[in-house]
Amino acid sequence: MRDRTFAPSRILIYLIVLLIAAAWLAPLAVVVLNSLRTNEEIAQGSMIGWPQHLAWSNYAAAWSGFCVAETCAGIQPYMLNSALVTIPATVFSTLLGAVAGYAVSLWRFRGDSWIYGIVTLGIFLPQQMRLLPWTIVLRDTGLMNTLTGLVVIHTIQGLSFTTLFCRNYYVAIPQELIRAARIDGAGFFRIFWRIILPLSPPILVVTVIWQFTHIWNEFLYGVTFTTGQQQPVTAALIALSAAVADIPQHGVQSAAVMIAALPTLLIYLIGGKYFVRGLTAGAVK
Amino acid sequence: MTIAVSTGPGRPAASEIVRRLPEYLTIWVPLLLSAAHLIAFSLWTIWISFTPSTLVPVTGWVGLRNYSAVAASRNWQIALDNLLLFGSAFVLLSLATGLILAILLDQRIRGENLLRSIFLYPLAVSFVVTGTVWSWLLNPGLGIQKLVHDLGWTSFRFDWLIDRDMAIWTIVIAAIWQSSGFAMALFLAGLRSVDADLIKAAQIDGAGAIRMYRRVILPTLWPITITVIVIQLQFAISTFDLVRALTNGGPGIATQLPALVVYDLMFQRSLLGRGAAAAVLMLLILLAVLLPYAAWRYIQRRRAKHA
Repeated sequence: MRDRTFAPSRILIYLIVLLIAAAWLAPLAVVVLNSLRTNEEIAQGSMIGWPQHLAWSNYAAAWSGFCVAETCAGIQPYMLNSALVTIPATVFSTLLGAVAGYAVSLWRFRGDSWIYGIVTLGIFLPQQMRLLPWTIVLRDTGLMNTLTGLVVIHTIQGLSFTTLFCRNYYVAIPQELIRAARIDGAGFFRIFWRIILPLSPPILVVTVIWQFTHIWNEFLYGVTFTTGQQQPVTAALIALSAAVADIPQHGVQSAAVMIAALPTLLIYLIGGKYFVRGLTAGAVK
Repeated sequence: MTIAVSTGPGRPAASEIVRRLPEYLTIWVPLLLSAAHLIAFSLWTIWISFTPSTLVPVTGWVGLRNYSAVAASRNWQIALDNLLLFGSAFVLLSLATGLILAILLDQRIRGENLLRSIFLYPLAVSFVVTGTVWSWLLNPGLGIQKLVHDLGWTSFRFDWLIDRDMAIWTIVIAAIWQSSGFAMALFLAGLRSVDADLIKAAQIDGAGAIRMYRRVILPTLWPITITVIVIQLQFAISTFDLVRALTNGGPGIATQLPALVVYDLMFQRSLLGRGAAAAVLMLLILLAVLLPYAAWRYIQRRRAKHA
């Protein structure tokens, strides 16, 4: 292939790929650049432009200054809400999914394939089918408008994905390994702790990244079941857009958007390989 | 009688059950919670769709009245038209973009990993974020149109965002940008798993690059193509966040989609019965896509087993 490196067709391929890549990066570049331009500067021109001076103050204002719905604490409290929902829900759903995946793939019990089949249906069932029941359940348990309510929802709903991921990974472990351990007298928990868990890091990383990204980015439940100060950051961003519609503050808003996107973007940068593995594993369900 | 070998289908003794209670609880509680909520919540929503519930769920039976009310509403009809247009345009164009990207990346180019990351990063970002950013770029007073005007071409027009007839295409653009990378990733995996002997045989026959793709490589990709179509359709049917952030259903109700109608009926108009009916209709649309796919997968698998 080396001799063909500079053939015209190769140059054309590079040109097309680089053009598309530039188009794909453009929205990100626009937000990053705008987050460093002052509101006045953007108002004079368009949202596409180079910053005259680096207005780092946008980030300070976005983090702890501007007002959403009459509270002026910036995006900080909503980021905290998102973290307080996402981290526990990710940990719980991953752990429970690992145990459940192990139980249905290797431990085997009566009815295992039935219940597994039903659990994985959760991947397809639209959120809209669960909105009303969750509303009623949250109201009756006093969890409406609480972060705990969102943690419960995301943990239970996350189980469909986490069980699927872990089960598909564990079926490759030979059943004889488990049988031998059982003959030696090891029980359910001991086998999980001693044999399964040490083999699990690759799938646990995929599952954690998948769950974290999805729960952090989730919007519908956040906006439906929480209001005001209890909202996760995705819902707060929408409230912010509505709040600044009268007096445009696009510089500060861009900084807020960047901050909200940063956790999942950073995870993608660090663990992109695992993120993509989750993406394609979910596809071949 | 020994109680040690009770793992088979036999009936374990009572003391054995007590001893293994923690194990049973750990296995069954999460799985049952998940399975039970899926079944119970679905039935619950279906049941509410047949009741006259408005602000709160009530008992009673109105037959299909909620369904006919939803189906007759302008909101829902526009949502269905939009779904048809958005669904087919988005699926076809993201399929084409994904395939082209995959074929380009398959040409042993430098920096493939970096490029792949660039095409996939939108998938790691919330639709609220990307919808907001696209709403700026496509806003004629702020984004691309304003930039071109400032550069001197003042008759340039790109105002789909505020154009009733074209607004749905802004959602198509944003959705393609966000999820073509997914199609690319699956196609690329498919291209990489094409039998090397097949390619070699075609090369010996003197097939050029374009013929090689058309005759040898692309035909092996069709099972992946179907999977991609189904997953993208599933995404299109339940699209909510992206529209909420980009157009919020507007201008007017020009970019209404089924998921927005459900939300509007349930939480803004407090018509729970009708909202539930709209949700069930969404599920039926989804099943119309998923059931044939499941049947096809089943047949494929059985064929593979017999071969």
